[in-house]
Amino acid sequence: MVSYLLRRIGLGILTLWILSLIVFFAGQILPGDPGRAILGNLASPRAVAALDHQLGVDRPLITQYWSWITGLLHGNMGISYQFRSAVGPFLASALINSAKLGLLALIIIIPLGIAGGVLAALYVGRPLDRVISLTGLSAATVPEFVSGIVVIVVFGVQLKLLPVTANAGPGAPFWTQLKFLILPVIPLVFVLFGYIARMARAGTIEALESDYARTATLKGLTRGVVIRRHILRNSLLPTITVIATQTGYLIGGLVVVETLFNYPGIGRLIYNAATSKDFPMLEAGVLTIGVVYMVATIIADILTITLNPRLRTGVIR
Amino acid sequence: MTETDTATAPPAPQAGVAVSVSHLDVSYTVRGHDRLALRDVSFEIGQNESYGLVGESGSGKSTVALALTRYLPRNGRVSGGTVRINGQDPLAMNAAALRGLRARTVSMVYQEPGRALNPSIRAGRQVAEVYEVAGASRDEAMSRAEAMLAKVQISDPGRVMDRYPHQLSGGMAQRVIIAMALAAEPSLLILDEPTTALDATVEAEVLDLVAGLRTELDTSVLFISHNLAVIAKMCDRVGVLYAGELVEEGDAQRVFEQPRHPYTVGLLRCIPRQGQRKDHGRLDTIPGFLPPPGQSMTGCIFAPRCSLVEDQCRQAAPPPFPTGPGRTARCYRHDVAPELPRSTPADLQLGPGPAPEADPVITLRGVSKSFPGRDEIVHALAGIDLDLQRGETLGLVGESGSGKTTLARVLLGLVPPDSGGTIELDGSPLGPEVKSRSREQLKSLQIVFQNPDSALNRRHSVRRLITRPLVKLAGLSGTALRDRLADLVASVRMEDRHLVLKPRQLSGGLKQRVAIARAFGGGPRIVVCDEPTSALDVSVQAAILNLLADLQAKEQVSYLFISHDLGLVRYLSDRIAVLYLGRLMEVGPAERVFSGPHHPYTEALLSAVPSLDGAVPERIRLSGEIPSAASPPSGCVFHTRCPRRLDTGICESTEPPLAEVEPGHQMRCHIPIDQLTRMQATGSAP
Amino acid sequence: MTELIATPGAVLAANAAQRELPAWRLLVRRPTFVVGAVILAFWVICAIFGEAIAPHSPLAQELLLVNKGPSGANWFGTDQLGRDVLSRVIVGARTILIVAPLATLLGTILGTALGLAMGYLGGVLDMIAGRIVEAVLALPAVIVIFLFIVALGSSAVTQVIVIGFIFTPLIARTVRSSVQVESQLDYLPSARLLGEGPLRVMFAEILPNVFPTILVEFTVRLGYAIFTVATLAFLGFGVNVSTPNWGSDINANYGLIGAGYWWATLFPALAIASLVVAINLVADSIEQVLAG
Repeated sequence: MVSYLLRRIGLGILTLWILSLIVFFAGQILPGDPGRAILGNLASPRAVAALDHQLGVDRPLITQYWSWITGLLHGNMGISYQFRSAVGPFLASALINSAKLGLLALIIIIPLGIAGGVLAALYVGRPLDRVISLTGLSAATVPEFVSGIVVIVVFGVQLKLLPVTANAGPGAPFWTQLKFLILPVIPLVFVLFGYIARMARAGTIEALESDYARTATLKGLTRGVVIRRHILRNSLLPTITVIATQTGYLIGGLVVVETLFNYPGIGRLIYNAATSKDFPMLEAGVLTIGVVYMVATIIADILTITLNPRLRTGVIR
Repeated sequence: MTETDTATAPPAPQAGVAVSVSHLDVSYTVRGHDRLALRDVSFEIGQNESYGLVGESGSGKSTVALALTRYLPRNGRVSGGTVRINGQDPLAMNAAALRGLRARTVSMVYQEPGRALNPSIRAGRQVAEVYEVAGASRDEAMSRAEAMLAKVQISDPGRVMDRYPHQLSGGMAQRVIIAMALAAEPSLLILDEPTTALDATVEAEVLDLVAGLRTELDTSVLFISHNLAVIAKMCDRVGVLYAGELVEEGDAQRVFEQPRHPYTVGLLRCIPRQGQRKDHGRLDTIPGFLPPPGQSMTGCIFAPRCSLVEDQCRQAAPPPFPTGPGRTARCYRHDVAPELPRSTPADLQLGPGPAPEADPVITLRGVSKSFPGRDEIVHALAGIDLDLQRGETLGLVGESGSGKTTLARVLLGLVPPDSGGTIELDGSPLGPEVKSRSREQLKSLQIVFQNPDSALNRRHSVRRLITRPLVKLAGLSGTALRDRLADLVASVRMEDRHLVLKPRQLSGGLKQRVAIARAFGGGPRIVVCDEPTSALDVSVQAAILNLLADLQAKEQVSYLFISHDLGLVRYLSDRIAVLYLGRLMEVGPAERVFSGPHHPYTEALLSAVPSLDGAVPERIRLSGEIPSAASPPSGCVFHTRCPRRLDTGICESTEPPLAEVEPGHQMRCHIPIDQLTRMQATGSAP
Repeated sequence: MTELIATPGAVLAANAAQRELPAWRLLVRRPTFVVGAVILAFWVICAIFGEAIAPHSPLAQELLLVNKGPSGANWFGTDQLGRDVLSRVIVGARTILIVAPLATLLGTILGTALGLAMGYLGGVLDMIAGRIVEAVLALPAVIVIFLFIVALGSSAVTQVIVIGFIFTPLIARTVRSSVQVESQLDYLPSARLLGEGPLRVMFAEILPNVFPTILVEFTVRLGYAIFTVATLAFLGFGVNVSTPNWGSDINANYGLIGAGYWWATLFPALAIASLVVAINLVADSIEQVLAG
């Protein structure tokens, strides 16, 4: 298991490296000149050239990549063009804000999605199943800004129940912060519910139809015990991986939701960096998302291995 | 109507009857239509009696088990008749009573033991659960579970308790399930194809175990199997199911000796028995096909396939006629059923057969194959030397994991052998892989796989499937292609109308014929038959074997015939090769290998096979499980399980060579041939 | 009968019988398919005949009728430039229904080829391609696409190419796992024994068998493509500002929601929602029918 994990982490690092290449060179095809972008159209060519030199963007690409990647490894994420100061602190505070929003979404969605999926599976083919499945499917594919607008119009504008921006302001008490986060969380919950419920449903149906479920039932166990002890343990394993991969979608959704609700998280940070051609900020932000995703999937793998004896223990005969 | 008619008055729980099923109808709703899977099935199982239900796939035998435990799928329901288990009616029970019945009265053992156990719960816990349902505390349940595992002859129950199912071999998992089933001390034990997924040697052990425990525990048994010989060995009485109807019933031995229903007669003739070989003539077959499930029929359900059919058979379904003490047959013509005319002529024109002095078609010398495993190297084949003559059938036998399929794949070039060995076709070396072989060489070596569903591209039509080798290997086109196609289709006894169909529209037997036609399309010299009939029903199997024999006679092709069914191997093979852990243990003429003296491993394989012919030879048992091919035992690889191991220690230290013990008969054993002959004649250990 | 739990064997048997009907007839029997197909057809008609159906010109600015709520003359109200929202919603179906299907088609073709090669040929190719796929998957597709659109500009061609390329690894991964299931079957060694080359094995033998998977993947991805195109427009990277576009209209108007002018934002949003849901109803029906 240890060797598997090391291999897994090794592959993760390899993936991150490829990702850094993609991100870096995607940043390079951005049109325009960083010095010009920062100083504006009126600046003299000499000033632009000087700034370019200062930023290091006039060096060969390989050199730039090398100094960027070694900088990253030393915790130096570069200087933001936009703010003329280190990227790190901006990223850190944005990450914390996004984490609040994302974690709240996960806390709501994991039990809800699993319960929905299991319930649908137990009533497979009946109206309850169709309702849950179709709701999940529809909710999952409506863009976050669309459901966001609907909830804003309904709860914020018409009913005036909740604030339409997400940021409660610094130092606001916990409950106020939570209240401000309710509306932005809804679109995220919508999108994720469908995936998690779908996976939980599929896994549960497979387990219900399995031979071991038959064995358990014919032992004379009650249906509740069969489901709790024999079904769920096997059926929810694949769901763990899905939840981990969904963290990626969650972050994608954050870009939109944070823009819509004007919330200072990593999504809006990336959006702003991209529109103002702030490469160091953009690259660091995107790579951070890659790291978060990688960590989430590795945690999911560890969980899956720990909970699945077939993976935990080799075949001994 | 008849003496079995009990529908009007359900019997009071009477002594001596554990299960009574009367006039049971079960239907499945498929797309709004009710399809009868069982119709008017009546039988009783006495206290401590072992009752066998035998039938081919689609006969409804598993549906009986599901109905008894009320575990029919959502679309299935009992649409008529009654069921009583110990006088109780499971169909009328509420949920709690049904749980009680399942917990205390009825237990079940399943076909695929590996899948019947929960993969994420330790084996011991799963057995203990049965005791907990009965009210035992957790600790008590665990200790009783361990005792139960010991009772099913698991030598180290403490260790098995802690294992997860994937860490158990098939035989071990089935013992755990049997322990689980017997833990509740049920009055009825249902075994649904309990040994079908197991090797013959393991099957023999499991069957012995069940037979032993049954007498010890006072349990009635319902034994469901497609294997007539297993039923004959295990059951007092037998019911023969055909297309959802119980067509014949009675004492097991008598039914198999003197069947009185044309279906039973035909079924028994499909199986090569008493050492029957292809030179004794063709096997008989049952013409036609099983009717599609739920087809309503006015007359006898077997009438369309019966050569004794009369007008009355088509007008009204026959009632069960008494045909002897405790015997019935649903046939108007039960009196003449034993003289059922053959539906396949017995005469088989065999080719000249292998010429012993001729050069072999294929020669393997020192062929090995190892695969990288998780932490070690698995030696699937070790130094195989083998020849195949023109027109000869070489039977290849051995337990699963012995390397049979690897040998076939290496020969075909689907996996490259380890360097060092040679494979020659007509004296010229064959490339290690398909892509390094010439078209002529590809043409010469073809295969018929076990499962036609897997071997035929399900998106291609029959025409496309059969035509492709004619174009690609035989290089035909135009009229020549059309003529050869028609010829080939006729030679596998198919019709033109089949050509437009997709594989899923064909029955299993027809699919296998398409696969055979594909293999013969290029005009092969050698065809590997890898368990070509094990996915098929008995009645279909005979027709496929006849076809293979006919084609061999016509085309003078050589077969490498791989099968776990020694009866089939004996029927078709000229020579036999026995594999164990990737090594050839014995190679020789079929009759010599079967009649002995034979290698102790061959002896063990042969004595593990249940026979319909009674007179089972003195059983020698294989102890322990097949060792891992990654770390084969020292010396003779078979010594860890060998019942005839010499006490000189030579078996443990030195691997014997594959030596010729008589002309054309080689064996890998330290025991001198005359000593082996004496041992096997008397059945004694050394 | 609550104790009864379906057993797979009988369910399979039932499916086998059900398959005898042609797939399209099973499809039209499903209410979800019919509903989805009708909504989809409605938007396709709007996309083709947009201006002919629209009650007003989608571009005409009535400066006296700015930010008017829904009324008999303007069913969906007017936006901040006095343009008829209903007409803009109808004509706005066009760009999204051109860009999204083309992008999905591109991704499906490339992804299928890559997935077949990865699954069947395996080896080093699978290793390297697998790593790249993983790397792309490590980012939310929306962010990667956003990144490239920012870099390359947001013309329709760029959007098709960028979305198509980003979908390629996603589709390749699905096709690959499907191919690996097929690789367990004996018809592949059968074909190799006839001397068939890898290209023929991949495209003539395997492809027809993984086609149902690809079809389902296409419809599901089409939903995503619409999601993505709309989201990009919402983020300010719409294809072309001169023709109406749902996402761009929302982007232009959502700032006014707080002031109570919700209609210019809500109706395009509902249009997107209905299109996406319709495509997913169709996708789900196809998947269910093909799965038996």
